[in-house]
Amino acid sequence: MSTDASSRPAAVSDRTRPLADRIPVLSHLRRSVGLQRAMLVIGVVIVAVFVLVAAFAPLIAPYSWAQQSANGVDFATQQPPSAAHIWGTTVSGFDVFSRVIWGAQTALFAILAAIVFSLFIGVALGLLSGYFGGWLDRVLLVICDAIYAFPSLLLAIVMSIVISRGQSTLVGGILAAAISITVVFVPQYFRVVRAEVVRVKAEPFVDSARVIGVPLGRILVRHVLRNSTRTLPVVVTLNASEALLTLAGLGFLGFGIEATKAAEWGYDLNRSVADVTSGIWWTSIFPGLAIVLVVLGITLVGESLNDLSDPRLRTRRRAGGAA
Amino acid sequence: MVTAAVDPAALAPAVSKGGGLWRYILVRLLLVIPTVFILVTVVFVLMRLTGDPITAALGGRLPPDQLQQRIHEAGYDRPLWAQYLDYLGGILRGDFGTTITDRRPVLDVLLQYGSATLELAFYALIVAFLIGIPFGLVAAYKRDRWPDATLRVGAILGYATPIFFVGLLLKLVFSVWLGVLPTNGRASTRTELLLGNLDHPSGIYLIDAIRLGNGAAVGDVLLHAILPGVALGILTAGVFLRLVRTNVIGTLGAQYVTSARSRGVSEFRLVTKHAYRPALIPIITVIGLQIAMLLSGAVLTETTFEWKGVGFMLSEYLKARDFVAVQGIVVMIAVVVALTNFVVDVIAALIDPRVRY
Repeated sequence: MSTDASSRPAAVSDRTRPLADRIPVLSHLRRSVGLQRAMLVIGVVIVAVFVLVAAFAPLIAPYSWAQQSANGVDFATQQPPSAAHIWGTTVSGFDVFSRVIWGAQTALFAILAAIVFSLFIGVALGLLSGYFGGWLDRVLLVICDAIYAFPSLLLAIVMSIVISRGQSTLVGGILAAAISITVVFVPQYFRVVRAEVVRVKAEPFVDSARVIGVPLGRILVRHVLRNSTRTLPVVVTLNASEALLTLAGLGFLGFGIEATKAAEWGYDLNRSVADVTSGIWWTSIFPGLAIVLVVLGITLVGESLNDLSDPRLRTRRRAGGAA
Repeated sequence: MVTAAVDPAALAPAVSKGGGLWRYILVRLLLVIPTVFILVTVVFVLMRLTGDPITAALGGRLPPDQLQQRIHEAGYDRPLWAQYLDYLGGILRGDFGTTITDRRPVLDVLLQYGSATLELAFYALIVAFLIGIPFGLVAAYKRDRWPDATLRVGAILGYATPIFFVGLLLKLVFSVWLGVLPTNGRASTRTELLLGNLDHPSGIYLIDAIRLGNGAAVGDVLLHAILPGVALGILTAGVFLRLVRTNVIGTLGAQYVTSARSRGVSEFRLVTKHAYRPALIPIITVIGLQIAMLLSGAVLTETTFEWKGVGFMLSEYLKARDFVAVQGIVVMIAVVVALTNFVVDVIAALIDPRVRY
């Protein structure tokens, strides 16, 4: 029998389930069938390739991201793909292939930083707000609603002005994108976790833990938080793809990371706008496709997780498998 | 009508009769105020945290004493709370500040370029409806079969592709390779000149061109609108598609649909009327949230296509490091978004009584 996600076991039995059922993506993979499994697998593969490319960028990329010459010979500018530059060169004479590969690193850093920041802040606020309630809860709710309704890119622009005054170093640029995304995503984690916490804290096992004198911190983390993380994986994937899209959006508006500091796909697209009009396609297509592929991979994972967690949308096993 | 709602005496009987609509609208309207207030405060504090806008815009280009004088003239050397109160007061009077680079009231900039953004958002919404809703219905009806799979992957692709990349691709294919559509701008120079002759132009080129009664101008304006409209619309179309699909799947399984089917209602009618109508309510609510996304997207689309709207101006001011203008535009957009969300919520409440808790 497959485990049914909608009938949530109580806190204690959680530990008795096999490990593979407790790791988000793995457990979903076991539960999925057909098309949904295909989407999930494709997504996981794309994300894995992206992470590998980012990790091994120094080995894969033939040149550095800001290299304009090799062996004392300057690269020709705006050259179409050739043997020496398989994806051509840009208007500044950078190798497009190398910049796309190095760009994976920048993208990965930004995504990881954004997830870590917003996950910690959002979950902590949601937990405290949901558990204690009161005026803190109400104030946080209003603030989060206000931020939630605001165009995220504009908030990101404001944040990047604050963080780097539009100056674009590697760390500054990545932090600007990551923190902007954090500001936008904290409300989402907050809402999701808070709603779960409000529900879970009324469960009898939380009451009994309180009665037998379990310390508050332990109740919060073990009894409440661990039972409130059901919807988090989906939000994390959304968070990751938004982080990349915002980084690229800021870069496209000329607020990203300078070409000499690091490779960033949005910046490359910004520089390629003029190229497109004169029919030079290789400077925009490759970095653009890189963004699309990574966001696609992450979104496929997220979509599948979402569908698998929603009993209305989950494809049921044929021939009387699951309930 | 609206004044009647604000008057408590007129409001009381309406509430007691169980018509919670006015009460709901009033409460919802009151909620707009803290939303806008919080956003204005957040943006103000953030922007001032790291220095004054004059130094940011002109630092290094003016000698220090002149810089100090400009800072003093603009009042940026006063305590922060005084500046904040001034700023709030200004916003209440409709004064969003004066740009540093070209010394124009921000409100002027918004009035001049807002219509272009409005026009773009309108085209994008049309594209989104035309693509998102019919295909969402198909995907729901053919659930888990190949049309559904294709459409859903398409919708995800639509979300995964940054607007500016969609824009660049469209430009590359339709303007450069096929040469059938213009690369950028809102109209050709000839049409812009013609439109400039009009008294009291609305700024919305389509309306102006129609008023001009010039068929060629209308055609030109529409040709220029296609690529930006599609680029911005595709993103929202994907959202609509997924939303329609999810909700129609829900309603298609409802008992009243089964009973309608057993009465012999055609499958087409079942999907387009019976299952679709109740699925519309969440869509209307989401349109409200989409407005925010649409405006974010408009900034990028306008930059890609040199569509001279608020978003284009925002990125120009960003490049010029004119943060007063940036702040003004951002705050103004926040107000627009908050008000739009209010209107959308009221419409949702009118359609669905359950919303008016």
